[in-house]
Amino acid sequence: MDQNISVTFPHVLIFFPLLAGLITFLFKKDASVKSWALFSSVITLVFSLLSLYYANNKALSGLDFNYEWLKYLGASFSVSLDGMGRLLTLLTAISFPIIFVATYKNEYKNANLFYGLLLLTQAGLMGVFVATDALIFYFFWELAIIPVYFLCSRWGGEKRIQATFKFFIYTFTGSLLMLVGIIYMYLHTSAIHDRAGTLISEHSFALNYFYAVQLSASAQNWLFWLFFIAFAIKMPVFPFHTWQPDTYEQSPTAVTMVLSGVMVKMGLLGLMRWLLPMFPQAVAKFDMVIIILSVMGIVYASLLAIRQDDLKRLVAYSSIAHIGLMCAAIFTTKQMGLEGVMIQMFNHGINIIGLWIVIELIEKQLGIRKISQLGGVGHKAPILTIMLVVIAFANIALPLTNAFVGEFMMFSGLFQFNRWLTVIALVSIILAAVYTLNMVQKVFYGEVNSFTAAIKEISLNEQIALSIIVVAIFLTGIYPQPLFDLTKDSVTDLITKFK
Amino acid sequence: MDNMLQIVWLIPLLPVIGFLINGLGRKQLSKTLTGIIGSGVILASFLISVFVFFQVKNGNTYLAHYFDFINTASLKVGFDFQIDQLSSLFLLIITGVGFLIHVYSTSYMREEASEDFAKYFAYLNLFVFSMLLLVMGGNYIIMFIGWEGVGLCSYLLIGFWFKDNSNNDAARKAFIMNRIGDFGFLLAVFWLIAKLGTTSYHDVFDQVSKLSSFDITGITLLLFVGAAGKSAQIPLYTWLPDAMAGPTPVSALIHAATMVTAGIYMIARSNILFTMAPLTQSVIAVIGLATAVLAATIALKQNDIKKVLAYSTVSQLGYMFLGLGVGAYTGAVFHVMTHAFFKALLFLGAGSVIHAMGGEQDMRNMGGLKKYMSITHITFLLGCLTIAGMPPFSGFFSKDEILAAAFAKNPVYWGVGVLTALMTAFYMFRLYGMTFLGKFRGTHDQEHHLHESPLAITIPLIILATLSVVGGWIGIPEVFMHGGHRLELFLEPVFDQSNTLVASLNQKHELSHTTEYALMAVSVVGALIALLYAWNKFSKYEKSTQEETGLAKVVSNKWYVDEIYNAIIVKPVQSIAGFFSNVVEKKGIDSFVNGVGKAVNYGSRQIRLLQTGQVSAYMLMMVVAILVLFIIQLFL
Repeated sequence: MDQNISVTFPHVLIFFPLLAGLITFLFKKDASVKSWALFSSVITLVFSLLSLYYANNKALSGLDFNYEWLKYLGASFSVSLDGMGRLLTLLTAISFPIIFVATYKNEYKNANLFYGLLLLTQAGLMGVFVATDALIFYFFWELAIIPVYFLCSRWGGEKRIQATFKFFIYTFTGSLLMLVGIIYMYLHTSAIHDRAGTLISEHSFALNYFYAVQLSASAQNWLFWLFFIAFAIKMPVFPFHTWQPDTYEQSPTAVTMVLSGVMVKMGLLGLMRWLLPMFPQAVAKFDMVIIILSVMGIVYASLLAIRQDDLKRLVAYSSIAHIGLMCAAIFTTKQMGLEGVMIQMFNHGINIIGLWIVIELIEKQLGIRKISQLGGVGHKAPILTIMLVVIAFANIALPLTNAFVGEFMMFSGLFQFNRWLTVIALVSIILAAVYTLNMVQKVFYGEVNSFTAAIKEISLNEQIALSIIVVAIFLTGIYPQPLFDLTKDSVTDLITKFK
Repeated sequence: MDNMLQIVWLIPLLPVIGFLINGLGRKQLSKTLTGIIGSGVILASFLISVFVFFQVKNGNTYLAHYFDFINTASLKVGFDFQIDQLSSLFLLIITGVGFLIHVYSTSYMREEASEDFAKYFAYLNLFVFSMLLLVMGGNYIIMFIGWEGVGLCSYLLIGFWFKDNSNNDAARKAFIMNRIGDFGFLLAVFWLIAKLGTTSYHDVFDQVSKLSSFDITGITLLLFVGAAGKSAQIPLYTWLPDAMAGPTPVSALIHAATMVTAGIYMIARSNILFTMAPLTQSVIAVIGLATAVLAATIALKQNDIKKVLAYSTVSQLGYMFLGLGVGAYTGAVFHVMTHAFFKALLFLGAGSVIHAMGGEQDMRNMGGLKKYMSITHITFLLGCLTIAGMPPFSGFFSKDEILAAAFAKNPVYWGVGVLTALMTAFYMFRLYGMTFLGKFRGTHDQEHHLHESPLAITIPLIILATLSVVGGWIGIPEVFMHGGHRLELFLEPVFDQSNTLVASLNQKHELSHTTEYALMAVSVVGALIALLYAWNKFSKYEKSTQEETGLAKVVSNKWYVDEIYNAIIVKPVQSIAGFFSNVVEKKGIDSFVNGVGKAVNYGSRQIRLLQTGQVSAYMLMMVVAILVLFIIQLFL
């Protein structure tokens, strides 16, 4: 019974939002669209929570739903939930209801399209996190990104067209590189035979076949870069990051939340599930280069964050710094670093969505988000301020907030890789305090001015959304162990594959 | 009684409960109730701490594991407490002095709006909680949680009056300077993990022999960076004087019971590591001494009553580090204790004065307060005598112990230490004279308003004054009393490992009794002369409008250290960030990408004509096509 239930989870997690999204397109009345989107996202969340409960902690292929799709091409609709997959699908499933609740009072033109596209993105994200077949992976990768082009270009800010175009160029380049890589890999996989030994297909898209491909050192090297650049753009890692501040700034906030909270994890997952196990020698060869790049990016983005006057851009650069650390920790291939990455992937998503909600609330009420123009919000909106202060301190990884343990372990893993790089990277904890506290002070403390005089306390739905975030911050901050337990086997699995 | 140790978890938990009640009920609770809850939880913690003290008195150590904080293949960190003599002594100081400060605050903060009043007490409780966690933790991670927690609480309380941006600047500065220290602390912990795979005190101290001397020196130097941030040592001391932007009882809490003593605690806790790293010890001694002197010189010329006290704290902390640096761990901890008494007394007394003066902090506008506030005056005088090192008050014994150990290590340390003691006596009695003696120099309104403070303020002053006077008697040196120094005996199990090591290396220099008497005589007589000189000079103080010149100007401007930091660190970082932001990012990376983008844009103009522009159409087409493909495959 349990077994039957558990194998269906990955595809329910994909197809339910997909279906819900398609249904959303058919809606007419805007008010009911919102309720429907929220309702369906809550159902998805329930499925995701059930998958935590029912599924035991096996490595990939423990929970298989494997359907031979394009049989003679060696492509199958194969999905699987391991610990990392469950963690990331959970993040996806939690994020959407929070986003929908927080933006419940926002009015979007053609709301049916807006919410429908968002739900399609959710389906795509789920697919990326559970796919164990390269073709499926690539398909969902695109399914997650393509709606974002439309969301950003139609519902975005003033410079949305330029921003979308930049985003498109970047991600499209990445996708192309990855596609080339996938095809090359495919052509080098061994043939599939059925039990009787008859040839089914010359090659296979299955993840396991990709892992098993024997490549020459030089082939590994260039394939490594094809995949790495694709993932690096998505995360993004310095110097592939300049699409991000623009896109975050111009996208409607709900989309920005999805992009920064969840979608960046596609790149991280890509590294850990695809790149590292496929090209271990190339990873061993280029780890130093990548880590230096990441560490440079951490400090560079932190410094840039100090200079930002626009709240959205500040958060964007802060996120680049945090992601840089995760990328560095992955390439250390140290157990401790990877354990840290796992739980940080989840916590980073929660925190950054919280930050976006706060920014959205300010911008919606006052129409501005320039730090230099804001001030004294704390007097008028104390609840908003308390929430923000908690989230801000989570963003700088104060102990007992969720980000601390993950960052601690990532830095510690990095230290085992190289001391001096850790010293440089660790400067970011000081810089993070500088820009975060500066933001808190300029926006929330001090005297109320003419720009901020109109601000009011936040409404109930916004309080609910932020409360969920704050509770999550403390819950996983004080007791992070469940997240470690969930992802334990994924890390071990990865370490064994890498060795 | 026996299972008192089973409930040590209540000690930090009670303040958390107080924090939650006052924080969440800040709109509903009356001020009286808030005050009772806020102070009551600390009192309860104090009472438990007293019982705990009696339990560990015989040399017991109690370890408790509550839950796994981190339990992975690579690292195991328990949410563990370690209660031994050192932590129990700190528990008493934190909750005891902390409780008095809470009681004092119920009166001092009375004029705040009820909601702010509750918020204040919530923060205060949280502060005590963090500090308790810091000293109770059984490993470096739990210590670090408390460590950053006190940083957070000081940030919240220094910036308590957040309308005024200069308070916010001070709060931010405190947090960032502390973070610079944390940078060192974290690296040290990473290093420990990389070498030993553990962070628990017990395991680390058991395995110290596995560490090379390079490792130990590196780890201890980094830990010291952390301590310097938290305990305001050169070069990270400038946040502490600014931290007086918060309400005065908060300064008392930061300077006496919590926060700044964290660095001393951490080094005393890790004493074996430091004993094994002579280079680090020398660094600590020299930095401690330099901080003591530098801060004392600045204190000579300050006119703000709280600023003088703030620099005196920095200076006294320097003494404690000197003690740690010369291996006098007991002496340093002893001085933490006596300093907690007299510094809390002095700050709370200053608060009483400021209150009476209607918020005035400039001593040039005070004078003659002796006849208006007798309890404040007498207790404050006792505090001044204690910090000046007059026998038989507590400060004398603790300072003497450090100075004697310093002499044994290096007479130059002792000489500089005594010089600082003279300056201390001088500036404290300058403060005393300008405030309490002579004629009143304030406005007529202020004079009319002068009054003694209510009981909630004076009773804590009286208790603290009593403790300042007699608190040193638990550490009376052997010279005076055979079988003296109960404190050393009490703390022996904590420093046992270090003592054994020092004894085995034959490094312990015992001073003869004659030498000890001579040293004491020099420092006491010197301080007495400085004291009397200041008393005489500043009881006749007249306001003058003359600008300071030369060295005096440099000193009264705190050696321009803030300005120097601004010029060599803050400004360059800002310009580098600006360069990255405006040149590298915009003109470099971004313009390259945009160039590529333009080229593609041009090429794609024709292709664009094929598109209809209907979003829904694209999406539907795409998804439907996929589904159709999928379904076809399903049936074929």
